[in-house]
Amino acid sequence: MSAPTLPAPGLTGEAAEWLRAAADRIRADGTALPALFPAAARTCGRGPLPGAPGWTVDQAVRGELLRALPLSGEALGEVLFDVYTHGDAAERLAVLKALPVLDAEKSLGEAGLPVVRDALRTNDTRLIEAALGPYAAARLPDHAYRQAVLKCVFVGVPLSAVAGLERRRDAELARMMAGYAEERLLAGREVPPDVWPLAELHPAAPERLRALLAESGRPHGGRPDGPA
Amino acid sequence: MRIFDPHIHMTSRTTDDYERMYAAGVRAVVEPAFWLGQPRTSAGTFADYFDGLLGWEPFRAAQFGIVHHCTIALNPKEANDPRLRPVLDMLPRYLAKDRVVAVGEVGYDDITPAEDEALTHQLALAAEHGLPVLVHTPHRDKPAGTRRTLDVVRESGLPPERVLVDHLNEMTVGMVAASGCWMGFSVYPHTKMDEDRMVAVLKEYGTERVVVNSAADWGRSDPLKTRAVADAMLSSGFSEAEVETVLWDNPVAFYAQSGRLDLSEVHADGTYEGNSVQRGTPKEAGA
Repeated sequence: MSAPTLPAPGLTGEAAEWLRAAADRIRADGTALPALFPAAARTCGRGPLPGAPGWTVDQAVRGELLRALPLSGEALGEVLFDVYTHGDAAERLAVLKALPVLDAEKSLGEAGLPVVRDALRTNDTRLIEAALGPYAAARLPDHAYRQAVLKCVFVGVPLSAVAGLERRRDAELARMMAGYAEERLLAGREVPPDVWPLAELHPAAPERLRALLAESGRPHGGRPDGPA
Repeated sequence: MRIFDPHIHMTSRTTDDYERMYAAGVRAVVEPAFWLGQPRTSAGTFADYFDGLLGWEPFRAAQFGIVHHCTIALNPKEANDPRLRPVLDMLPRYLAKDRVVAVGEVGYDDITPAEDEALTHQLALAAEHGLPVLVHTPHRDKPAGTRRTLDVVRESGLPPERVLVDHLNEMTVGMVAASGCWMGFSVYPHTKMDEDRMVAVLKEYGTERVVVNSAADWGRSDPLKTRAVADAMLSSGFSEAEVETVLWDNPVAFYAQSGRLDLSEVHADGTYEGNSVQRGTPKEAGA
């Protein structure tokens, strides 16, 4: 797997100059970050970043500001948590999206997990989705990762947005998903289609679920191609 | 009809309210930081409150097609608690945020020296951060409190067009009109202003520099009062253009002075283009 990188923010003119100066200031003195970080969007833009699906200009710019911090490891993690905690939603998203790069370049290690855990405690689907990027896939312990995946299903974050699911799905997650599907069927509700591939990994689940589906008179239960 | 409620405490309202507001034409709101009924006792709870105004509440509003901005301040009532002084030191960090479109609510409650100090300090912060100011006027001894407020604003050197003086009534509107500040009216079911008195004020003073809000919060209040004023204006002979001036253009003009008002998700025809509006079957909340 190639090392994670930030997409280039593609700035010109005054915005490019602002970022260069801001990054220089932060490199010289990390305490300059809190005043510069919130200003990034109104200075450089907040629209979608061409050529980098899922990224906005301010996220790329803020990522560069974080990369400029003269810190690593635990000390970096503390500053990230501070800027995240006092950040608005856009700032928080930017911190979350920068975690893989900071892990690769600045030995963040597990020191970024408090930010991820905080985001996963919210009910803001944007934060939850951003929290479950490659950093969480690499660093989040099994139980927390499974709970986060299940939470995605509850709040409507598509599982296709969750990093590392192919690698990290396991029997316990399958059991949890099968239980969730069963609960939905018993309540007469739809089962989100992206639940099935995980639920079906659970050995006992498909039989019971098929029976429930047959009883419910909705043999496909929201699954596009029906049970295998 | 599209409506901008320039003062409403959505943190205290339910999703039913958001739905009804959207149906009534509300497409944008500003939520001023104020008190919560129960006095707070530490600066930390203010940080959590401010974070909610900048994070969770705009997200919640967007689910219902409404654009949410906020104003940040230490309110006058709680400025009297010395344990909350550190809130003033936190403000610069919050006043730097994109969705903060004014300093507020500041002003007087009991009209004490501590309130004086907090007000003066925060007017200076507004100048420093290039933000307009939303000023609350007291419920008790309102004319004296309003007059004193206008004196302090004048002494601060802030241009009057960057200051909105709120919760006005027939006794206080004249002095604010003369000051050059914006005139705000909170329309309540049983106190403050009602929609018919509001129409009378508009007939006397005109629509310039006038904004109308519901100031709906955790008390007895009604988030649809902005729409009620619009309807009362129309039925008493105001044109649709005049209604749009008071209920949309004026609050937009006032808060746009921050340079941070972002209404790009509201179309000219009043529809909303968000990427997270819940359509069709309501999703199950919670997790």
